[in-house]
Amino acid sequence: MKAPIFDYIKANSLSEVFDLMEKWGEDARIIAGGQSLVPAMNFRLTTPSLLIDINGIEELKGITHSQSTLNIGALTRHYELGTSEEVTKHAPLLSKAVPHIAHEAIRSRGTFGGSLVHADPSAEIPACAMVLDGRFQLQSRQGCRSVSARDFFKGLFETAMEPGEILVSADFDVNEDGYQSALCELERRQGDYATIGVAARAKTDSGNLFDLRLVYFALEDKPILANHAAAILEGSRGDEAAIAAAKTELTKDLNPIGDLHTSANTKLHLAKVLLERVVKNLLKHAKGTDD
Amino acid sequence: MANQPFSVLDRPNSYIGKSVPRPNARRLLEGRGRFADDLNLPRMLHTAFLRSPFAHARIIKIDAEKAKAAPGVILIADGKDVATHCKPWEGTLAHFPGMKSPLQFPLPLERACWQGEPVLAIAAESRAQAEDAIDLVEIEWEELPVLADSETALDPDTPLIHPELGDNQTFNLMLENGTVDQTFADAERIIEKTFHFGRHTAVTVEPRSLIADFDDSEGRLTVYYSSQSPYQMQDVFSRHLNITEDKVHVICEDIGGSFGMKLHVYGEDLTTCALSIMTGRPVKFTADRFESFVSDIHHRDHRVHAKMAVSNQGKIQAMEIDDLTGIGPYSVYPRTSAVEGNQVVRLTGGSYQFTDYRAKLNVVFQNKNVMCQYRAVGHPIACSVTEGMVDFAAAELGIDPVEMRRRNLIKDDQYPYTSPTGLIFEKLSHHQSLEKVLEMMDYDALRAEQAKLREQGIHRGIGLATFIEITNPGPAFYGLGGARISAQDGCMMKLEPSGKIFCSVSVTEQGQGTETVMAQIAASELGMPLDDVRMLTGDTEKTPYGGATWGSRGVGIGGEAVLRAARALRNNLLEVAGAVLQCSADQLDIQNSQVIDKNTGTERLSVAEIGRIAYFRSDTLPQDFHPQLTVARHYVPQGPPFAFTNGIQASYLELDQETGFFKLLKHWAVEDCGTQINPRLVEEQIRGGVVQGLGAALYEECLYDEQGQFLNPTLADYLVPMAAEIPDIQVGHVVTPTAYSELGAKGAGEAGTAGAAAAVMNALNDALRPFKTELTRMPFTPERILRALGKV
Amino acid sequence: MTEKLYPLTFTLNGSTITRHVTSRLSLADFLRTEMNLTGTHVGCEHGVCGACTIRVEGRLSRSCLMFAIQVEGMTVETVEGLNASGELHSLQEAFHELNALQCGFCTPGILITAAQLLQETPLPSRKQIRDYLSGNYCRCTGYHAIVDAVEQASQKQAERR
Repeated sequence: MKAPIFDYIKANSLSEVFDLMEKWGEDARIIAGGQSLVPAMNFRLTTPSLLIDINGIEELKGITHSQSTLNIGALTRHYELGTSEEVTKHAPLLSKAVPHIAHEAIRSRGTFGGSLVHADPSAEIPACAMVLDGRFQLQSRQGCRSVSARDFFKGLFETAMEPGEILVSADFDVNEDGYQSALCELERRQGDYATIGVAARAKTDSGNLFDLRLVYFALEDKPILANHAAAILEGSRGDEAAIAAAKTELTKDLNPIGDLHTSANTKLHLAKVLLERVVKNLLKHAKGTDD
Repeated sequence: MANQPFSVLDRPNSYIGKSVPRPNARRLLEGRGRFADDLNLPRMLHTAFLRSPFAHARIIKIDAEKAKAAPGVILIADGKDVATHCKPWEGTLAHFPGMKSPLQFPLPLERACWQGEPVLAIAAESRAQAEDAIDLVEIEWEELPVLADSETALDPDTPLIHPELGDNQTFNLMLENGTVDQTFADAERIIEKTFHFGRHTAVTVEPRSLIADFDDSEGRLTVYYSSQSPYQMQDVFSRHLNITEDKVHVICEDIGGSFGMKLHVYGEDLTTCALSIMTGRPVKFTADRFESFVSDIHHRDHRVHAKMAVSNQGKIQAMEIDDLTGIGPYSVYPRTSAVEGNQVVRLTGGSYQFTDYRAKLNVVFQNKNVMCQYRAVGHPIACSVTEGMVDFAAAELGIDPVEMRRRNLIKDDQYPYTSPTGLIFEKLSHHQSLEKVLEMMDYDALRAEQAKLREQGIHRGIGLATFIEITNPGPAFYGLGGARISAQDGCMMKLEPSGKIFCSVSVTEQGQGTETVMAQIAASELGMPLDDVRMLTGDTEKTPYGGATWGSRGVGIGGEAVLRAARALRNNLLEVAGAVLQCSADQLDIQNSQVIDKNTGTERLSVAEIGRIAYFRSDTLPQDFHPQLTVARHYVPQGPPFAFTNGIQASYLELDQETGFFKLLKHWAVEDCGTQINPRLVEEQIRGGVVQGLGAALYEECLYDEQGQFLNPTLADYLVPMAAEIPDIQVGHVVTPTAYSELGAKGAGEAGTAGAAAAVMNALNDALRPFKTELTRMPFTPERILRALGKV
Repeated sequence: MTEKLYPLTFTLNGSTITRHVTSRLSLADFLRTEMNLTGTHVGCEHGVCGACTIRVEGRLSRSCLMFAIQVEGMTVETVEGLNASGELHSLQEAFHELNALQCGFCTPGILITAAQLLQETPLPSRKQIRDYLSGNYCRCTGYHAIVDAVEQASQKQAERR
């Protein structure tokens, strides 16, 4: 299980990356944390001719915030995300997701941007980015464009990125007062790929749910917004009747795909169970009984 | 029976029963292990294998021209090339009457019979280059019908994997005792269930690995091997590669886990030896994880129909089982793939008093990876079926599972006892062990807690599983069936001039602490400090010939050989001391490396002084006195064919009935392995075994589709137990030594694995009982639990 | 045809190392075959088993999921280095006394992971220990003794402080 032969260049700037991508086209792959790419190379499932190592590019690093926006560089390692006070304060959902990402040794290398670009449907970060309505800065030789998280994930390991583009960072609106977020995930073993998960955010300070956003992961070929279910719960106190109605409505939102261990039907059942749990979690925090 | 004036058990300063740390663990803790892959020999080549992408396919044409020209490639060998250097084998044994299996070549000549079977080998300057070259080989295949489901193997219209054998069955067996039909006809209650056990694999953290170094100048083959059975493999290499035994040297240093997986004959390993012969260079093969999944032996994969007759008073009266097991396309050489099924049908019901028993066993071929013996061969199947049935019966009758066991387990004063299948139990302690575990877990309090929580909608379960364990296989094992696998073991011991002891023994170390325990026995019997005994194992040229380590035989057999060698050496040392001191050796003993006067305890002479005089000043010794300071002793196991041990395990878990996930809260195990040489090492054997057993209940299953494709051959998809989900495991002991040996030690390697899954199954079904549903198909995945609960 | 070699300079267990490596050589294989530091073990080559866990730039890393060339200019520590520095001492003592290893193949990765835990959390609970070690596979021990040993080592280290 040894990687095939490739050329390796450690790029020092984005313009160097663009040069290399132009020259090598689809034969080049960018390596950031490499925690998904390297296993795929070891299994010879992907055989790039060139690896462009972007780990030295300063423009891709760092977490900054202005009054209204939190900006997270693509090269932010998962552990940095998990330990950043700014993230905890302004995008707490992301901090809550980090402990679910594999294990410490993987979190020390794996990157925030890598997780988004890899677009693994069972990953936490893409789902959280959708809940938080993130905007991804994609840069190419031609310039920079911003793509919202909702438009970014296209399918299994597929995104809206065009050839020649690189993800530089993601912007998130800073968490407003009165909002709570929560992440519920079922995993067979700690750090495993999720059997199913849901990330959520809502304004809950009145004890009622407003502006609820629910995104499921490990359910279809990409993270899925459950808008119908969220609409049912809008304004409710997460009471039994509202939850029951929302569970029914979930079937309009979700079209689960079974995996090796869990059938599509079971995923749908679990999605309903998690709906109730995540809503309770959001409201529990609202009442100030933080677990 | 033993009757010695000075028992090793009560000698002064005895190490027997002491939890001394393992001296050989130090280097492992400092990164100084010596695993096979750590070694790199000059001019060494590396092997990679092209493996069949199909479960069953004929090789039409191999085009390796591009691969031959690839950088670093030295040799490409297919089945025919390897067959010119290595004879094929047949995985049958004479004591399994009617057993059949086709000849198996290291690499198949015409046909691949499972996905992942190696079909072509490439030796290159590096493993990466060998893999590059594999990618350049083109094989034209003709796909053949695939037999993936063992349930259909014996159907008349199922194509035969090996037409020359006449059917898809390798072995079948029928056992019957008493009046089974009559008892079922008269029974007040009959319980009937079907159990399924997933196909597992060993997943040792260190993959299989070897370096074969054939030296043409002497015609000698040296193999550095991650194997638990060096002598068996010396024999196999000798006979199949046509090299006389004296010219085959097998060296097994540190082994990164084996559990029975690393003692079978693998085509890749023989091919690696053949490549060394063909190239005249050392050749290394270290399986990668994918190769491990598709080529390390698999195990379990049983479907058991079971029927139990019980009286309304909860007395078990009869049992009947039908076991079907699929073993892949070949019975594995040289131990065969019939042993697991054979042990299932012989062990089932064995803890209980009923005598009417019937068992049917069908061992069939499939187009999946080969299946063979792994830790606790057959035990978890037999235990889960038996203990599952006992609990189902108890539940139907409304009897507490503890009471059900009290009424039916063989009584502690009923020994010796012969089971319905002819197993002879010298002395077991089922009831004592049951009471012990109940005390450890505080059973009544747990039941009360369970009832209280159930009212709050929290569903916990408590499960018990009594087990028996086969250890210390006797002199007839394997040899009777024609396999050249020794049942005896030997020990060689010498005095170093400095007064230290060198000891080599034929049982081997894979981390269970063999060397430590052997040193404890030697030091105790010699009267030497433990630090003065240096151990060597795992080298066919430097140790006596023996059976090595498998089947929980190390201490019970190897330990007795060490004991006898140590006694012989001590007597010889005392003879020298007697000559020096001009007194009778009978008056002397050794304590703390000093020769003492037996009566007064006065120190007379150090063992180091004996070494100095005997080796360098033998001129001072009496005329014609020749100190014998190197001794060897062998030991053949005595008594019944096996030393049975027993024990019980208990599991406490909490079920999330909405998600089908459950959490193990605690696990208890009581084991009676007779005399414990090193109680901590026994406990750690039990704990490690328990967790391997838990893997079966929680996660482990090699998933195949109908085309025989292995769907989860990665560690991300084949789940093994990890630290976060595994509970603390409390271990208790009951000690019933065997009287057939001096030490009284029985094995402890299988016990944990034997009962763990059954305890979890019973706990889970206990938790499920309010929902009036149950599960008998392992592993107990959330999917299966939700289905059982009717939620999906 | 020979594979292209890349210059590599980095700090390994406190010493500056300069070599030429192929790009595809994993850090684990480099350490084992080029540096003869065979205490780092390779168990799965896809980042799951944890046997190859080492420290890169002071943080845990799977050496099978990095190419050697990627550690240019970085600091790498293996079990051999941490053994020599004494950082593992308390853990090694506790592992030895409590027999928290059997075959020893997973042990270097577990020791390094545990050492990192104790740096971050000097007195971890049993649950914290189990969680932190959840990416290190051991087939022999069943983990209980490992948890005991890390707990004991943490207490000994705390007493010494």
